[in-house]
Amino acid sequence: MRELKIQPIRNGTVIDHIGNGLALEVLKIIGVQNLDRDSTVSVALHVRSGKLGWKDIVKVENMELVPRKVNAIALIAPTATISIIRDFKVREKRPVDLPDRIAGVLTCPNGNCISNQAEPIESEFEVHRRRPVVLRCIYCERLVDDFLHHLS
Amino acid sequence: MGLKGRDLTSIRDFSRDEIDEVLTAARRLIPYAEGKKSSDLLEGKVLVLAFFEPSTRTRLSFETAMQRLGGRCVTIADASATSMRKGETLSDTIRMLSHYGEAIVLRHSNEGAARLAAMVSDRPVINAGDGAGQHPTQTLLDLATIQEAFGTLRGIHVTLLGDLRYGRTVHSLARALAMYGTELTLMSPPGLGLPAEVREGIEETGARLKEEDQIHRAVRDADVLYVTRIQKERFADETEYQQVAGSYRIDASSLVGAKPKMIVMHPLPRTGEIAPEVDATPHAAYFRQAFLAVPVRMALLSLILAGRLP
Ligand SMILES: Nc1ncnc2c1ncn2[C@@H]1O[C@H](COP(=O)(O)OP(=O)(O)OP(=O)(O)O)[C@@H](O)[C@H]1O
Ligand SMILES: [Mg+2]
Ligand SMILES: [Zn+2]
Repeated sequence: MRELKIQPIRNGTVIDHIGNGLALEVLKIIGVQNLDRDSTVSVALHVRSGKLGWKDIVKVENMELVPRKVNAIALIAPTATISIIRDFKVREKRPVDLPDRIAGVLTCPNGNCISNQAEPIESEFEVHRRRPVVLRCIYCERLVDDFLHHLS
Repeated sequence: MGLKGRDLTSIRDFSRDEIDEVLTAARRLIPYAEGKKSSDLLEGKVLVLAFFEPSTRTRLSFETAMQRLGGRCVTIADASATSMRKGETLSDTIRMLSHYGEAIVLRHSNEGAARLAAMVSDRPVINAGDGAGQHPTQTLLDLATIQEAFGTLRGIHVTLLGDLRYGRTVHSLARALAMYGTELTLMSPPGLGLPAEVREGIEETGARLKEEDQIHRAVRDADVLYVTRIQKERFADETEYQQVAGSYRIDASSLVGAKPKMIVMHPLPRTGEIAPEVDATPHAAYFRQAFLAVPVRMALLSLILAGRLP
């Protein structure tokens, strides 16, 4: 239980089993700057993990993730698990899961794609392949496998 | 589910059976396209041709197809004359146009424009080319040309020659041919090869894909030599362009070792890739290909707008 070097939280979300070195990207997705001002965010980098060798962990007080953010995390940290903590106890724990369609999470890398013009639409991708994940823009059909650089 | 009311934004929208249905219909409509038979199947219907990018033959063949079926067209042939120039979104333009006719044919400079149009339009949208993206009706007429020449698509050996990277017609053609178990050979100048993702998609179908770098071998083995334009702007300078373009030029002497029934295709307009002397050989199929645009587009319009043929 090396993780609990971090103080336990009463209510919030734990994102565990994040691939080594990806915690900062997860923080960006969560948008730490928008959190409740009394919430603590703890980050553990380079933690020993049985399954992954090394992993990162992010724990955020008083926050639950909306599906769109879970999708974004699933893209860059597909091994992550999300636990909902209520009253110090794990109430719910599930691996992140990528739906067949992902809207608004990524920007299409094709600058000439209609989704990058001033149209009243969101970017949208469908899963082309799951392992490893490759997405296809539903508009221009461009394939994307580099998600880190295209998060919207 | 039938083609009536359907969009055609990418060749992926149609199953193989549906593509077959269009090709069969196109064969039946040839006498109508030649003006030997007439039809009023689409009388009273209006086709909106929204061409936000210049095109002559695609637009004219759609207009001809619609008129041969007794329908009418309204045409935007010049985007600068529309409110799009004043910053109106494509979404708004399409929403408006979809109430002016029974279907919209769209040519636009942004990839994915037709998909967006199909999503906002109440009426079917046919993609007539979106940027460097899809041009599915071109693919259909290419397939029709090969099928007419050989009676089948299966087992035909097609060699794609030229700019396979940016040439928008070849990507969806290559995919569609792979679906039919066609043998594919690729020959392109350095740096202008088929994009990895298109390649992958083709190899996933189990189709065989070969590379060739000798014109005479490419010609010798092919049933179909599909030549595409090599664009000047892809090269650093004029000399480099001239060199590459010169080594990919097809003339009568390049066709010496060809099979007797081999056909040469080209999406047109050509800019020197095929010497005029080839026109007089039995191999030249590009004008037939250009003509087949009409019955193929008639077939699509009949099936999408009326759900049946004349
Ligand atoms: N009150 C708490 N405050 C902070 N973190 C907690 C709290 N309770 C559990 N966690 C963390 O939530 C995650 C899931 O808890 P659980 O007890 O299921 O962990 P585990 O037994 O290590 O399971 P796993 O197989 O997912 O690693 C772990 O990362 C754990 O450290
Ligand atoms: Mg654990
Ligand atoms: Zn796109």
